[in-house]
This record gives sequence, structure tokens and C-alpha cells, in this order.
Amino acid sequence: MVNLSILLLVPLLTAVVVLLCSNASQVRWTAFIGSLIQLGLATSTMLSYMSDRAAGNTNQMLYEYKHTWFPSMNIEYYVGVDGISVAMIMLTAFVVVTGILISWKIEKLTKEFFFLLLLLSLGAYGFFISLDLFTMFFFLEVAVIPKFLLIGIWGSGKKEYSAMKLALMLMAGSALVLVGLLCLYFNTYTETGHTFDLIKISHLHIPIEAQRFIFPLMFVGFGVFTAMFPFHTWAPDGHSSAPTAASMFLAGISMKLGGYGCLRVATYLMPEAAHEYSWIIILLSTAAIIYGAFATLMQTDLKYINAYSSVSHCGFVLLGIGMLTKTAIVGAVMQMVSHGVMTALFFAAIGMIYERTHTRQVAQLGGLLKTIPFIGTIYIIAGLCSLGLPGLSGFVAEMTVFMGAWQRPETFNRVATVLACASIVVTAVYILRAAGQSVMGPLKSEEFKGFKDATWNEKLASATLMIAILAIGIAPFWLYNLVAPDAQLIFDNLTRVIVAK
Amino acid sequence: MGIDFFILMKSELSLMLIIFLLLIIKVQDNGIKGTSLLNFINFVLLLNFVFGFLFNQTGDLFNGMYHTNNVLALEKNILNFGTLIISLQAFDWLKNHRHLIEFYVLLLCTLLGMFYMISSNNLLMFYLGLELSSIPLAALVNIDTEKKKSSEAAAKMILSSAFASGIMLFGISMLYGVTGTLNFNEMAPMLNAGSHLQILSFIFVFAGFAFKLSAVPFHLWTADVYEGAPVSVTAYLSVISKASIVFIFTTVMFSLFQKFAGMWYNMLFLTIAITITIGNLFAIRQNNIKRFLAFSSIAQVGYILLGLSSGTGMGASSSIYFLIIYTFSNLGAFGVVSMVSAHTGKENISDYKGFYTNNKMAGWVLAISLFSLAGIPPTAGFFGKMFLVSAGAAKGNYILVTIAVLNMVASLYYYLRVVKAIFIDQNDTPIVKIQSSNSLRIALAVCMIGIVCTGFTTGLFEYINSMIGK
Repeated sequence: MVNLSILLLVPLLTAVVVLLCSNASQVRWTAFIGSLIQLGLATSTMLSYMSDRAAGNTNQMLYEYKHTWFPSMNIEYYVGVDGISVAMIMLTAFVVVTGILISWKIEKLTKEFFFLLLLLSLGAYGFFISLDLFTMFFFLEVAVIPKFLLIGIWGSGKKEYSAMKLALMLMAGSALVLVGLLCLYFNTYTETGHTFDLIKISHLHIPIEAQRFIFPLMFVGFGVFTAMFPFHTWAPDGHSSAPTAASMFLAGISMKLGGYGCLRVATYLMPEAAHEYSWIIILLSTAAIIYGAFATLMQTDLKYINAYSSVSHCGFVLLGIGMLTKTAIVGAVMQMVSHGVMTALFFAAIGMIYERTHTRQVAQLGGLLKTIPFIGTIYIIAGLCSLGLPGLSGFVAEMTVFMGAWQRPETFNRVATVLACASIVVTAVYILRAAGQSVMGPLKSEEFKGFKDATWNEKLASATLMIAILAIGIAPFWLYNLVAPDAQLIFDNLTRVIVAK
Repeated sequence: MGIDFFILMKSELSLMLIIFLLLIIKVQDNGIKGTSLLNFINFVLLLNFVFGFLFNQTGDLFNGMYHTNNVLALEKNILNFGTLIISLQAFDWLKNHRHLIEFYVLLLCTLLGMFYMISSNNLLMFYLGLELSSIPLAALVNIDTEKKKSSEAAAKMILSSAFASGIMLFGISMLYGVTGTLNFNEMAPMLNAGSHLQILSFIFVFAGFAFKLSAVPFHLWTADVYEGAPVSVTAYLSVISKASIVFIFTTVMFSLFQKFAGMWYNMLFLTIAITITIGNLFAIRQNNIKRFLAFSSIAQVGYILLGLSSGTGMGASSSIYFLIIYTFSNLGAFGVVSMVSAHTGKENISDYKGFYTNNKMAGWVLAISLFSLAGIPPTAGFFGKMFLVSAGAAKGNYILVTIAVLNMVASLYYYLRVVKAIFIDQNDTPIVKIQSSNSLRIALAVCMIGIVCTGFTTGLFEYINSMIGK
């Protein structure tokens, strides 16, 4: 039997112990060991989840635990996982471990840095496992302020502007979610009064008028987190100003909170409204995909390139959700995992390059493969994954989304799918151009010669993420099998409504 | 007049006892050191606070003019607690102050007035308490007699507060003329929401309350008074004084003006929307940290009113719950501000740039208090705001809820500005390391424990809720 609350306890304890440490080295090791334990726990959760499912356990959620928090309002601390949450937990655990490894050399306010990283991860874990909307919202907001401080204190460039923009936009997103949440709460009628219980609500029938009001609030609110067009503007600034680990957390975990919320809360709980608004979601996500891709073409800063391409890639997540077919939903989840790992690796590589060259301008870089071959290779692999090379995770995820999207025969959806597919060409252009100019080619500067290649912690971090990318790319079926039954459930909920009509 | 009299009035009596004790010490004037006197007073206030939890009983006195029950006892305890914390925080400022005893005598007089006010079941008693709680407060604002700004603030406060009382009294006298009684229980059934005269008198009473709560558009005195007053008095004004008015406001609106419910909801709707918005917009532009906190407290009042606007027991209990959290958070912030002000005299937000370099703990305390005020989890402020907003949402008016919630984002901006100053901004001459007194540290520690733990302790909210009922 797995106790999910331990997944929250470990980061919390690690964070507290980090505060008690006396020097930077202790802080690093505590954070690292804590995150390793967490990775172990996440893995064991996944393994026992898979074996339980294989043994024929058909409960919708496994390892449920309920503790009534505020009885008078039916607020519960209610946790449980299905395949989708397990996948997200695994992703979080991977990114946290590697993020901590990458920030090994942080000298300024080390203790505070790792404390905030751990707090951020705590928010993400809590969000992915909670099945009570209040608890979920609580964890969603826990993850906002650490980002502000991480970017503001340890960031670079116009960090104050970016940090403020990010914090305010994300808070505005969560404010919309809050209004939707409250409206949803007061539209649920059970024998014990209103409820925040996600599973209970999914069995209730929310009046269609209420759905029409709540769904846009929720979807846009969560959409801000996942950089939905046109609310994506925090992402490029935030990513590029953030320190490496924070960029990894932001793109790898934080943007996934939004995607998960769109899927689990908005689409799952309000299927009728999801059908009605599907075309808007598709429109916006296609716009994000294409706009993101072309905007990336114009960028000259490595981090901005990756940040805008994240906007484009997260568009695939929303496209998958908006298409409302089972395959597309599976694809959306796979894209979340794949993008999380891939973009973390990308930012890690950029961070390593920046640490050595002190520039992120493509024009000032070149020939890095000759002096720091390991880092150069990492960058290229991440790039290839991003442009969807078969054998790596990006291909699998995007392919699944496209296949799912193609199942919708309406002309509008077909056009959107074709346009989204076409964006891959643009992706290839900017990735290959960036990789070609910055990593390959002749050495741009003499001082590049003296660089040392990746240190042990950087190598370990990159290898971990690379293994994850390869694993998903070569053996996509395990992720598929993990996610598919629950995507089926969401899909059934969506179709049930159509049939009932 | 048996033992019951003493038990029912125990909070007031114990306060009076302390006031007399202080006056006797003042008359003796045998040169006791400020620090030992302060420690003694703090100890007595602590005893007073603990005593507030004992022997609680429900009952009426003076022919139903005075009423007390468990909820009121809890409310008095909150006020007692806040006063204790403020007293602990004032240690550094008061230890060499000429008017140390006068400060406490005046302070406790206002507290006494508030106790009578929230216990009142009669408009006359209510007015008496209100005046007792506001006139000494003006003197308190001017306790640093040599400061010109304080005198200005005190004059502003006494004049505008007299004006507000006048308006309110006008309303009360009309109500008396119409109904022939001042007792809440007798008056409530005689009111009629259709009568124009009664509506007018209700509006007058409401305006008086809005003034005391510094709800927009009656807020103009707030910022100047807050800026001119010494930090501890500002803290007292923004927490204790405000909380007491909210308590009696709840009673008056919920029991006396129940028949006007539809009307006061509409009035509150407008008041809340502009209070929150204006409070936030003005807070953004402030550089003096006291003015900043003044405007932020105006916005906070808007949220409290939002909870109350639901007119349900849930609204009342979430407002009390929020006020407990607000006491912790706002006093946490004011504690640091008063520490910095007492040691360096700096009161501008720009002075706080690079504050974290030398004052790590104080920096965190201020930041966490501000996060709690902004309603960011895991601090208790999140839960307080959530319950207020959801109580307000129960009415089904999502326009108001959306305005309130989007304003939370705007408020985050200015709270983060201060946080940015503390942690991020560079400063060549940051505030030096401040050695604070133990009592201040205790006060801040209590506030921090409150902020971190109140949200996660299920019991408190449920306890309040069960006492209030529907």
C-alpha cells in the first residue's frame, strides 16, 4: 500500500532540514538526497501502480486518502492517483533531481535557493495528487511565489520585470480559476451540501448554463499557466530571466500544472461546455503553435528560442485536449511529459553553455562542440527531440496528438491539424539553425578554448534526462499503457454527454 | 447585583482594574525604570488575555443594554490578544518615552470603549462605547507631542471622527423618533424597509460605520492619520479599532437591520467594489510604508465586508476567522516596521531596499506577513480570504466575486513591490543589523506561528462556526 502523503512530506522535510543546515555544501547534499528519495518514492509509486493495475484493480483512483479539513464547507484533504497523475509525478521527480544537480554551483544565498526550489516542487506534487479542488487550488498557488523570488533574486537580465510579470499573470490565472471553482462549488448539490470532491463532481450533472460560465474561466485560468495564446507573454520573459534550475522547473513542471488542470478539472468536469468551446481551444492552440514557431525564428537568444518554442509545444498539449478524442488526450499527456523532460534538458544545456561563455546570443557563439563536446551534444540531442526526431520522446508525443486530432473529420479540425503539423517544419528550421550556429561551425572566440567540459553533476543531470527522453522515445508503450485507461475514462465522460443528448 | 454581574462584565472590569492600577503608579511616580514597568504591564496584559478565556457566560445586564455571550467573549479575546502583541512590539519605542503610562491608560480606555461597544444591545450604549473608543484614540495619535505631523493627524482624526459620529447620531435619533426605543431586540421588529425616513436614517448609520471602517468613499482620513501616528498606534488603529467596528457592524446589520437586508446588500455591493479597488490603486502609489499599510488595510476591509455581505452565519464566522488571521499578519508586518522605525527612524519603502542583507529573520517575517495579507498559501491569509470570498460567492453574485478576486492580483503587485525591495533591490547603504528587544521577538514569533498554523488547524474555524450557527 502506498501512502501518497509521504510524497508531500519528503519535500517538506527536506526543505526544513535545508533551512537548518549550516553551510552551502550541506544544503546541496540535503536537497539532492531529499530529491533522490523523492524520485525513489515516485518510482515505487509508479511500479506499484502498474502492478496493481495489472492485477486487475479497476478503481478510478488508487491509494486514496481522505481527511476532512473544514467540515462545515466540505473541504477535504483528498489525495489519490491515476495513470495521468503518476506520469506527472514521475516527470516532477525527474526534473527536481536534475534541477538540483544543475544548480550545484549556486553561491548566492544557497540555502534560500534550494528552499524555494523544494517549496515549488512541493506545490507541484500536491497539485498532481490532490482530488479535492480546494486542496488542488491551494497547491497551485503555493507554487507561484517561489517562482517570483527565484527569478527576482537569482535571475539575470531584466529579472525584476520578468518576475513581476510572471507572478501577476499566474496569479491572475489562478484568480480566474478561483472564481470558476467557487461557482462550480455552489452548483454541486449532494446530500451533504456542496462539495469540492473531484470524483463526486464528475458523477454529478452540472447545469449547462453554469458550465458555459465556469468552463472558460477555468480553462483560461489554467491556460495562463500553460502559456496559452494570447496569455503566453509571461513565459518568454520568465524563462529567459530565470536561473537555470528555475527555468527547468518553470517549463518542465509549472507549465504542466496548467495542462493538467485544463484536462482534469475543466474538460473532465464540464464535458458539455468542453464540446461547445472546443473550436475556440483549437483555434487558440493552433495560433499558439504557429505563432510560437514563427516567433522563435526571430529570436537570437538561446533561452528565448527555447521559451518561445515552449509556447509552441505547449500548444500541442492544448490542441490534444481541445480535440476531445481519446488518442488526442493521451497525446496531450505524453506531450506534457515529453516536453517537460526535453525542455528541462534544453534549459540545462543552455545554462551550462551560459555559465562558461557568459553569453546566450547565438551570434556570439560557435564551435562549442570542439571545446565542450558533452554539453554541445546534449544541446543537439535536446534540439532533435524538440523537432520531433523519431526515437526520441518528442516524436512519439506529437505523433499521437496528430493522430488523435485527425480522428476529428470536420474541416475546421482538419485544417487546424494540418497547420499544426506544418509547424514542425518551422521548428526544424529554428532548431537546426540555432544548433548549427552556436554549437557547430568554427570556434567564434579564442577564449572558448579554455572551457572545461561538463562536471560530474552536470553529466549526471543530463544523463538522467536523456535516459528519460530515450525511454519514452524507444518504448512509448509503457507511458501509453499508463495513461490510456484514464484518458479513456475522460473520453467516456465526454461522449456520455453526447449520447445522452 | 450578584456574582453574575462580575462574571458577565469580567473583561471590562479587569480592564478598569488595570487602568486604575496604572493611574496609581503614575500618581506615585517613584521613578521605576521604563523597561521594568513595561515588562510588568505586558505581564498584566497577558494575565488579562488569559483571564478572558475563563468563566464565560451568556447574559444581559442593565435592562438589556449590555449583552454578552461566547462569541462576544471570543471577540474580546481577539482584541485583548492584539493589544498584548502591540504592547510587546511597542517596547523599543516606549522604554524611554515620557508618557509611557498615559499611553497605556489611553490605550486601555479605548479598548474598554470597544468592549462596551461590541457588547451593546442598545444604540445608546453603542454610541457611548464608540465615543469612548475614539476620543482617547485621537490623544494616542498625538502621544509624541513634539511631532508636528502627529498633531496634524490627531486634529484630522478627532474632527472627522466627530463628524462621523454626528451623522450616525442623527440617524440614531431618527430611528428613536420612529420606533420609540433604542433596544436592538425591540427596535428590529418595528423597522420597515419601505419607510423613507427609516431608509434615510439607516443610510446615516451605515455611513457612520463606513467612516469608522474607512470604507471608500469615507476613507480620506485614514492615510494621513496612519502616517502621522506613531507606528504602534497605527497598528492599533488598523487592527484593533477596525476589528471592533467590524464586530459591532456585524451585530447591527445582522440583527438590528435584518429587514433592510436586501438594501444593505446593494449598498455593500457598491461599497465593497470601490473600497477594494480604490484601496488597492492608492496603495500602489505609496512610498511611506505606514501609508502603504493604511491603504492595504482599506482594501482588506473590503474583503471583510464581502464576507459579511452574504448575510449568513458563514459570512460572520469567516469574518471573525479572517480578523484573527489579519491580526497576526498585519501585526507581523507592523512589528517589523515599528522595529525599524524605533531604531533607525526610517519609514519609506525605498529604505527597505536590501533589508535582507543585514536582517535575515526580520526580512522573512515582513515578507511572510505580507504574503499572508496578500492571501498567498500556505500562509493563513489564504484560508481567511478564501472563506470570505466563498461566503460572498454563496450569494451568487459573481461580478462582485470577480472584482474582489482580480483585486487580489492587483494587491499582490504592491505587496510584491515591498518583497522585491527587501530581497531583490540593490542598496549601497542597507539598513544595519538591528538588535531587537526580546518582547518584540516574542511578539513576532507569536505572529509567525499564527500565520503558519492558523490555516491548518481545522478546529478554530469550526469552533467559531459552531458558536455562530446559522
